[in-house]
Amino acid sequence: MSYSNPEPVIPALSMRSLGKRFGEKVAVNGIGLDVPSGSFFGLVGPNGAGKTTALSMATGLLRPDAGQVWVHGIDVWAEPLRAKAAMGVLADGVRLFDRLSGKQLVTYSGLLRGMDRATVEERTDDLLRVLDLEDAGSKLVVDYSAGMTKKIALATALIHSPRLLVLDEPFEAVDPVSAANIRNILADYVTHGGTVIVSSHVMDLVQRMCSHVAVIAQGNLLAVGTVDEVRGETTLEERFVELVGGPGHNEGLSWLHTS
Amino acid sequence: MVAHLLGLKLLLLRNSFRRSPWQLVGVGIGALYGLGVVVSLIAGMVFLADVEPETVNLVLVSAVSLITLGWAVIPLVAFGVDLTLDPARFTTFRIPRPTLATGLLLSGFIGVPGILTLVLLASQFLAWRRDPATLLAALGGGVLAALMALALARLTTTSMTRVTGSRKFRDIAGIVAVVPLILLGPIIATAANGLESALSWAPRVVGVLGFTPLGVFAALPGDVAAGHWMLGALRLLLGLAYLGIVLWAWERGLHKSMENPMAPRTSSKAVGMGAFSFFPSTPVGAVAARCLTYWLKDPRYAASIVIVPLMPVLIWFIARNDPQIMLILGPLLGILMAFAISADVSYDSTAFSLHVLTGVSGVADRTGRVIACGVFAVPVTLLAAILPPVFVDRVELMPAVLGISLCGLLAGLGVSSVASARFTYSVPLPGDSPFKTPPGAGARLALVQLATFAIMAVLLLPAIGLLVAQVLTGEMLFGWLALAVGVAEGAVLLLVGIRVGGRWLDRRMPELMQAVMVNR
Repeated sequence: MSYSNPEPVIPALSMRSLGKRFGEKVAVNGIGLDVPSGSFFGLVGPNGAGKTTALSMATGLLRPDAGQVWVHGIDVWAEPLRAKAAMGVLADGVRLFDRLSGKQLVTYSGLLRGMDRATVEERTDDLLRVLDLEDAGSKLVVDYSAGMTKKIALATALIHSPRLLVLDEPFEAVDPVSAANIRNILADYVTHGGTVIVSSHVMDLVQRMCSHVAVIAQGNLLAVGTVDEVRGETTLEERFVELVGGPGHNEGLSWLHTS
Repeated sequence: MVAHLLGLKLLLLRNSFRRSPWQLVGVGIGALYGLGVVVSLIAGMVFLADVEPETVNLVLVSAVSLITLGWAVIPLVAFGVDLTLDPARFTTFRIPRPTLATGLLLSGFIGVPGILTLVLLASQFLAWRRDPATLLAALGGGVLAALMALALARLTTTSMTRVTGSRKFRDIAGIVAVVPLILLGPIIATAANGLESALSWAPRVVGVLGFTPLGVFAALPGDVAAGHWMLGALRLLLGLAYLGIVLWAWERGLHKSMENPMAPRTSSKAVGMGAFSFFPSTPVGAVAARCLTYWLKDPRYAASIVIVPLMPVLIWFIARNDPQIMLILGPLLGILMAFAISADVSYDSTAFSLHVLTGVSGVADRTGRVIACGVFAVPVTLLAAILPPVFVDRVELMPAVLGISLCGLLAGLGVSSVASARFTYSVPLPGDSPFKTPPGAGARLALVQLATFAIMAVLLLPAIGLLVAQVLTGEMLFGWLALAVGVAEGAVLLLVGIRVGGRWLDRRMPELMQAVMVNR
């Protein structure tokens, strides 16, 4: 992997030696990668690998200690407003303004971005319909289930029709029907020129859904490329386990073999 | 196993300090404050030893009953009960029920209020130190009384979870609980005034209390002192029986709640677009609409609205000798309302990420929050500034008072706009009771608020000076000048505050985000 000659097409997202440490712990250790425009990009890694930290720095939520990030050629930390306008983000592990109703929350997200009322209203209704939240739209988000909360957060990320979607664990706690629904929406979005980055640790899902994948562990980028390039002859899951540290603990819990 | 549970509690407490050193400072200050109160009370008990036993009994039984009652009732409305070791988290472990109950009960003593209660109640022996027999009875009775207090707290909270678990109840109770807290001063004052008359009926009440779970253990040394050994033995048995029943009932309730974990109750009430339908569809309007919704729906904000009607009552109590003090109502309410938004970003918690991700401008964010606050604060301040001068028949002071009040409100909003862009506090999290502050948060908040109030005092000097000039010279002109200067100064400071706060916010959004992540 050499980045000295960037492709003539500007990537949807590129990171260069992006790093962050929390106290003693290095969360992200100088990651550099390009997410090609129009790709469905999976970011996989074990728990605590630095996925959320890396994505937070890429989306302007967390200031990096080192390195740079561009979204469609816009430097996220030099021109945050332009970069943020081009991105839709589903952050993981943050609260929502949950004393608003679902509909109010999505509207709020649109209005904060300076969109006009008519467009916001139209899109909010569309989003709630597609995400199967029509009935729940008038209820307070605080009373939603985990999956519904995830879906309404996704709606707040989609309202301004961004060119790049950054979704941190979008399928967590979402029921299979809704998940299939969301996958269809995202696939459709990519076919029409959008770029999606999802983080996940469900390898099967990533292998089926994504065109590209990056594997990170302990803050380091281990592999990046198209899904087929990265997995080679094996499945993505096998390749992932091999990259991240291999099985090799099989003899582990013999006492668990109850009769 | 009990030791394990206690160790776990200690470990959790220590780890919470590691997350934020401020918490340690806060707990330290809180503990010092509590210790100060306890030490002064203990000093009082040292002197009680020279008083005749009947009076000592009277004082101690009523005091202990009050403390025990406090433990039983306050956690219900204020949710002050420490759920670090939430019984629900032990559902999947196979811990024998009595062991779990004992461990949870004793873990209540690890923490500032628990340990202080134990020390205070046990130290009642100082008042009974004249005679070894009463001393022993007081020491044992004190420890048992402390156990009873904690056990009652557990019982009431466990048995009421089904009611208190619903969001609606928590929201309302959180607000209602503010009322007695604010009126504490007047209540104590009234009680103190009634002390004379109380002396006649107090012995009978205390006599009854001595046979209830509240005061049974505290009445033990009195029996010993009077030489009523049989009565004392009976009372001890009665007390132990009470304690046993309370523990048994709690343990049963604990078991029941662990076997049937409560399903979250959801409200099905639909809401419309609310404030969003009448604010303009701009980022500023959206922030204002959202904040206004929170002012109405989030008990943490509602608490500052409840203060409004209570403040006049409070001032009126202080002002019984000189109604003129009522004139301070306007400036005071103006400043208090303005400071309601000084911890706004902390209240948002990590939901603030939406503001960061959408890239809303700092000035729009600040302006929206000020507008939402102003919807309540402006009418309240105007009324609080205009009515009192009429009330105390000093209408000629109205312009100056109005000027100071509006200056306090506007400048306060400006200072708050800057403060909340710079400082975050560990405040109660969204959905928690307004009282459920992380240990030690109160002290830091108090410190920052003290500083901001000092700043306010300086900012109000010009308008106050003109008011003084008017009072001294009797010249109406100074009053009008105070109004003009106050409003002008306040308006300028508000605009500057929004600009500066907005610029800070633009630059510091990721840092603020990181700060609220720590507090979550």
